[in-house]
Amino acid sequence: MLRLEGVSTYYGPIQALKEITLEVEEGAVVAVLGANGAGKTTLMNTISGLLHPRGGQITFEGRRIDRLPTERIVRLGIIQVPEGRQLFPDLTVAENLRMGAFVQRDHRGIKESLERVFAHFPVLMDRRGQLAGTLSGGEQQMLAIARALMARPRLLLLDEPSLGLSPILVRELFTILRTLNGEGTTMVLAEQNSHMALTIARYGYILETGRIGLAGKSEELRANKKVKQLYLGIRERSPMTPRGGGESGGA
Amino acid sequence: MRRFILWSGALCLLALAPLFLRSYTLYILNMAGVYLVATLGLNLLTGYTGQLSIGHAGFLAIGAYAGALLPAKLAVPFWLSIPLAGIISGLAGFILLIPALRLTAIYLAIATLGFGAAVAEILPRWTAVTGGYQGMKVPKAAFLGLTLDSDVKLYYLALIIVILMILLARNIVGSKLGRAFVAIRDQERAAQALGISLTKYKASAFFISAFYTGIAGALYSFVVGYISPGEFDLAKSLLIFMMMALGGMGSIPGSVVGAVFLTFLPHWLSGFRGLQQFIYGAALVLVVIFAPYGIWGFVRRWTMPDKLQRLPRPLRAVVEFVRG
Repeated sequence: MLRLEGVSTYYGPIQALKEITLEVEEGAVVAVLGANGAGKTTLMNTISGLLHPRGGQITFEGRRIDRLPTERIVRLGIIQVPEGRQLFPDLTVAENLRMGAFVQRDHRGIKESLERVFAHFPVLMDRRGQLAGTLSGGEQQMLAIARALMARPRLLLLDEPSLGLSPILVRELFTILRTLNGEGTTMVLAEQNSHMALTIARYGYILETGRIGLAGKSEELRANKKVKQLYLGIRERSPMTPRGGGESGGA
Repeated sequence: MRRFILWSGALCLLALAPLFLRSYTLYILNMAGVYLVATLGLNLLTGYTGQLSIGHAGFLAIGAYAGALLPAKLAVPFWLSIPLAGIISGLAGFILLIPALRLTAIYLAIATLGFGAAVAEILPRWTAVTGGYQGMKVPKAAFLGLTLDSDVKLYYLALIIVILMILLARNIVGSKLGRAFVAIRDQERAAQALGISLTKYKASAFFISAFYTGIAGALYSFVVGYISPGEFDLAKSLLIFMMMALGGMGSIPGSVVGAVFLTFLPHWLSGFRGLQQFIYGAALVLVVIFAPYGIWGFVRRWTMPDKLQRLPRPLRAVVEFVRG
């Protein structure tokens, strides 16, 4: 569905992405992992057209998109949930959702999307008249995702959706993401919470200072010794844990 | 229904006002109408779309000269010259789109300041067309064989234009266009991510804003009857900006209140000779301190407190502009 080939993105003279090659199959969840500053957000912004790569190419369903402006890419069905939610704080929940359907023209379609979104996020239904800025962090993240869903995404780009959420909310969020994926939404998920991301993703790519350090199926990544140490926080034969470390360590 | 009665009552009052008011008061009311339209224009750009401009006197000038020159030199009928002046000014608005796509906040403000200064410099030097520093007399507006030669007649012209422009602004704000403006103001990145084209909608905002201010300029030329380059200086740009900020940014009633208040204030103060400037300045400071959401926000605090947060506070908005 989406292919990146040798994509390089720069901020002025600084190269933030170094020849990234990546593939997303239809219906899959692909996790992009990495530390702060590894280039996850840059990668997301490059796919969504907020940044344009200086080298390489991006194709979506066989069509080259790396020179298109964001609004064209949105119309093709690639919708980004930007990092830090970026809601419209002075608009109500309902107005935020309506903003999500900005490029949609048919009113019945918008109504259907709205019903679907409320079915997924009942809490937003209760708060639809409230200003988005007054929601709790978890609700705001839900609204950010709901707003993206209003655009009827074929490919959803999620940039650190778990940022700043409590462990319970993170789990809830990933349950919803799994449901959405089950309904056929393809996703690219940039996350620092590697543990959770790899549980729902089919493939994972690990970014290290703008380069893909490691790529593979989620199970393979989870079994990889280096990944365990650096990204999952699991230490083998750790002197600190009496049971000698295990697969169950938290992230 | 109650609203309808209220509005038709207000409209009747406005329509009958010339019966009670002196010609001088009518003249000030006409000026208020001019500034009201200009303030609406600036509010659509700055209050709704978040693009700071302190060069709107430039558009006022373009509108004023276009409104005066089209009938005088090209024999364009008067009813056509006003919308044409708006369109010419609106096209000039696209000039500011170039910096607006690259600059934000205070840097954009500097570019608009430069635009205003450039217009103010070009006008007196383009003697062949504008008549230079001395300015030019504006031909009397004539419409269907009726010459608008008195303040009363001009009052009705201004009233019609003001009502049309308010209705148009309400439509814009409530439409998809208006929602795109607010999205760009509040979260430019998110707006883009939702498929809102910055180029397209910023271009629309600049065109519409300059169109409004151009119409105001054309009306200005007919109301005053004489225009000269010196009137369209930085002070005038700042005056329009203050009308918007004090009335209420991102609010149509706010534009009305701000424009009318600041047009009348100097006249109310004309009795305090010598203290005028002091009281004028103090009044502005007091409004900013005690009515941070603008005068309209202050009214709203009593009538609809829950909606208050939706107005961007002028000061906060300006601080955010400056910070970027």
